[in-house]
Amino acid sequence: MNKRILSGTHLFQGDEACVEGAIAAGCNLFAGYPITPATEISERLSWRLFDVGGIFVQGADELDSLTIVIGAACAGWKSMTATSGNGICLMQECIGYAAITETPCIIVDVQRAGPGTGAATKTMQGDVYQVRYGSNADYSIIALAPESPQEMFDLTVEAFNLSETYRVPTFILADEIVGHMREKVVIPEKVKIIQRKRAKFPPQEFLPFKVESDTDVPPMPAFGEGYRMPVSGLTHTETGSPSTDYEVQKRMVSRLWNKVEKNVEKITKIESAYLEDAQVIVLAYGSVARSAKSAVLEARRQGLKIGYLRLITIWPFPDKVIENIAKRKPKAIIFPEMNMGKMVREVKRVAGERTKVISFPKPGVELHKPKEIYNLIRRVTN
Amino acid sequence: MKKHPALKYFRFDRPGNPHLWCPGCGIPQIWYYTIKAIEELKLDIDKILWVGGSGCTGRMCTYWIGDYFHTLHGRPLGFATGVKLANPELTVICHMGDGEVAGIGGNHLIQTARRNVDLTAIVVNNFNYGMTGGQFSPTTPRGAFTMTSQLGHIEYPFDLCKLAATCGATYVARWTTFHSRALINSIKKGIQKKGLSFIEVISQCPTQYGRRNKIGNGMQMMKWFKRSSIRKEKAEKTPKEELKDKFIVGEFVDIEKAEFGASLRGLIKKRRKESVKN
Repeated sequence: MNKRILSGTHLFQGDEACVEGAIAAGCNLFAGYPITPATEISERLSWRLFDVGGIFVQGADELDSLTIVIGAACAGWKSMTATSGNGICLMQECIGYAAITETPCIIVDVQRAGPGTGAATKTMQGDVYQVRYGSNADYSIIALAPESPQEMFDLTVEAFNLSETYRVPTFILADEIVGHMREKVVIPEKVKIIQRKRAKFPPQEFLPFKVESDTDVPPMPAFGEGYRMPVSGLTHTETGSPSTDYEVQKRMVSRLWNKVEKNVEKITKIESAYLEDAQVIVLAYGSVARSAKSAVLEARRQGLKIGYLRLITIWPFPDKVIENIAKRKPKAIIFPEMNMGKMVREVKRVAGERTKVISFPKPGVELHKPKEIYNLIRRVTN
Repeated sequence: MKKHPALKYFRFDRPGNPHLWCPGCGIPQIWYYTIKAIEELKLDIDKILWVGGSGCTGRMCTYWIGDYFHTLHGRPLGFATGVKLANPELTVICHMGDGEVAGIGGNHLIQTARRNVDLTAIVVNNFNYGMTGGQFSPTTPRGAFTMTSQLGHIEYPFDLCKLAATCGATYVARWTTFHSRALINSIKKGIQKKGLSFIEVISQCPTQYGRRNKIGNGMQMMKWFKRSSIRKEKAEKTPKEELKDKFIVGEFVDIEKAEFGASLRGLIKKRRKESVKN
């Protein structure tokens, strides 16, 4: 098992597929604290990573884990942690630190029912806000929501590539259903891998946080390469010097925000079907999208003009995608999600004036049944 | 005029003129002692990483000319562990305050010592949180006055060296800013030790702790350290009641034990051997 890419067809749990995606993408270090329903990721990596020359560490807690992950990333390695919602709570300080230091790192959140300890073995999509807005002040992150074990593989590779490209903490926002479900996973012979941008200049001419005109992402030398990197969680100038100046703060925070938000179209991934003639559109993400798809297919069989749209990229929020479907003036957008209605606020913000946005919340533990979504479609179309 | 020998290791574009520490503070002294140790060991600047957290002591790394990692309050040891695992060739030196290491970052110390990660942890113990205005910390002595113990401190302080030793650090020493030569030697030993080295430095904070406890300025505080220090060897033969309010200085632990990163890399080799066999 000393190959990085386990090409072939497998019957994998989502958590296992995530591990293989990480290793295929070049992950060299994992640190994580046991937590249901993400523990299987740690368990497989605890031997699999050593096979490919990497290192697995069991963190003493989530803070220990993410500090180790960020440290390894600053030393030039691709690194990852995995946890669930309660673990994300503890990681928030480190997430903000990774954001301000622009450290690429992957955080897998296999969401479970909450709040608090909640129902550890049951599912929910409760963390969509805390991964986006959890740490103090303003920064941007990327979050991808897989719907299957196959996507746990594909999107983990994608997450590493995005994280390296934009130098941001990147989340796999899975949930218990996707994490624990076993399905066919096809691993290709080769995967596309992106490495972080290295400095073009010799150390004497290098400014650590200066960006070239066409991008908002500075190159990132590792510790020990002679660039004398000043990595700090303080507001800093282009030289890395701490500052409390308004102009410096404005420049830095704007860049941390814009480097992701301005590239939303490049980052966005969606899946859609039957939008052309759709009178009602069912919008979903993650495991709920499986029920949504099933309900839409049934509605189509019954001759109803229903469209389907799945957000694969949750953050940055794809405003344009929602705007475009709203412009078609559907009668309504139905949005089932396993929380009290969170992402629906984003949809209402973008599409609320053009069309009716119907939230279909469920508070976790139980997934939406296709029949429930179908029945709602029926009520809306009648 | 003769230039200070440490200046070639100093970043001049950082806040303060030339630095942000108060007159009489012990931190710049420890900064220089660390430089002395690096210089005497003839280490390559580009293969050394200074790590710090938040607070007066945390700022030490930001003046170091080479790579520095100015991390979260109390968590330098976690970040340093990550770096060391990815690049074992780097010499990683962490400076932390007493509040960081014994308060908010207590678990990082416990776990890093237990794992025996090859790092040098230098803890500046000035008995209070200086940067925030002098509140009590987990090392503040009973009865002392700080901004949050204005009625006299009622908690018991940590013995940091005992804590580190119990948790498994392979080198543990305590000195004060008065013991410059011994401290430099200890830092050198710590850097060379393959494992976690924990060096506590009792340091003066004249602006906050010295003033509120009427000990005086930086010089007077150092005289207090000189007066109140007793070598470990001598302390062992001294009755316990005479050791009250004394700083016991010296080397407490100096042992050899498998290092964390080396042990982990051993697992890579083990798996390779197994896969060859199969």
